Amino acid sequence: MAELPEALAELVDDFSAVGPKDRLQLLLELSQELPGLPERYADAADSMEQVHECQSPLFLAVEVDDAERVHLFFSAPPEAPTTRGFASIMHTGLDGEPAADVLAVPDDFYIALGLGEAVSPLRLRGMAAMLSRIKKQVRAHTA
Amino acid sequence: MTALRVSVPRTIVGAMALPADTDPKLADYAHPERLVTTEWLAANLGTEGLVVVESDEDVLLYDTGHIPGAVKVDWHTELNDPVTRDYVDGTRFAEICGERGIGRDTTVVFYGDRNNWWATYALWVFALFGHADVRILDGGRAKWVAEGREMTTEQPTPATVEYPVVERDDVTLRAFKDDVLAHLPKVRSGDGALVDVRSPGEYSGELLHMPDYPQEGAVRGGHIPGAASVPWARAAAEDATFRSRAELEAIYLQEQGLSADDDVVAYCRIGERSSHTWFVLTHLLGFAHVRNYDGSWTEWGNAVRVPVAQGSERG
Repeated sequence: MAELPEALAELVDDFSAVGPKDRLQLLLELSQELPGLPERYADAADSMEQVHECQSPLFLAVEVDDAERVHLFFSAPPEAPTTRGFASIMHTGLDGEPAADVLAVPDDFYIALGLGEAVSPLRLRGMAAMLSRIKKQVRAHTA
Repeated sequence: MTALRVSVPRTIVGAMALPADTDPKLADYAHPERLVTTEWLAANLGTEGLVVVESDEDVLLYDTGHIPGAVKVDWHTELNDPVTRDYVDGTRFAEICGERGIGRDTTVVFYGDRNNWWATYALWVFALFGHADVRILDGGRAKWVAEGREMTTEQPTPATVEYPVVERDDVTLRAFKDDVLAHLPKVRSGDGALVDVRSPGEYSGELLHMPDYPQEGAVRGGHIPGAASVPWARAAAEDATFRSRAELEAIYLQEQGLSADDDVVAYCRIGERSSHTWFVLTHLLGFAHVRNYDGSWTEWGNAVRVPVAQGSERG
């Protein structure tokens, strides 16, 4: 596996250090830490990309700044804590990282989080879809 | 404890621990004792013999706050066998119930997100094990929250009780692929019916998966020949409660031509949406013979040489 950005690698370590029940608790805490949208996106859910693979509505916006660093913005309703948790993993692990490092994250990195047992493999597909859409937008911004 | 004299399928006859909700809206349904209102539940929380179970699509939703005293049962991770595509066996089911304080005579009220979609699925699995007194909170989680009723993050710590190891009944309420194949001549002759509860696009074959759920796809699109198309959520009102008996009859009887003595098999993609329809037909409209085909389109649409119809006609 290619090297993960440091913050994402730390998250993977945190998840793999505990059992399935505590992994769920960790995901719940992350879901509560997902930052709200900045002013410029507050009324702009339409301008954000919907990730259809997630079981609940999730909107995603990606910006790449002049220093080629990636900034991620998510919006998901409080009734969708699992989706918020997945988004929060992406935000904590990838926000502010260089575009090249985000593009280098292996598509199946989420397997290392060990959430399959606690969340079910079907539900996890939403996370894979989120990463692939982030990468697609980063590529579009840096092309 | 007195047994209620009501008509319920043979496998789920038994004593009811708590008295039924006598709300007039529920009284119209065929088996009103299978539903409780939010008022009834609020008044009966904490009563001996009652366990409230939350079952959601979102595996973390319960943990963000739930009805006080309610326990969680997750369909994906708990009611499914982790290896074989099947439900848990009697031994595991007894553990799941016992550790949540559910005894064989306990009244179990299920509720959940998304119009009780997963709550009815959990109830159906409990019914496979013949648990007698299973009920749905009409309106589910959404209605309870909308009414501003109490929620808590406090995890209950029920004392473990003995639950007997019961063999699952896979005949009365459940259909397998071979059962559906054997059912097709009955559908053609009009003695039986199939109800496809998926979205119109899945039914016609334009979509190989449910909108927004591409992970549960099939290599062929369409429906089982002869199936009526009735998307499951038509049975739910805006506030997530079930539609009234008259409204449900207008859909399933008048519009679709089903009748209560039909032998019916309902299916969707993995059997969850169709357990909602199974509940509606069996308990709200009083159909005597309804089975849920849990293999559903993820089995049928991937199976070799089974008949498939495409387009919006039943075929």
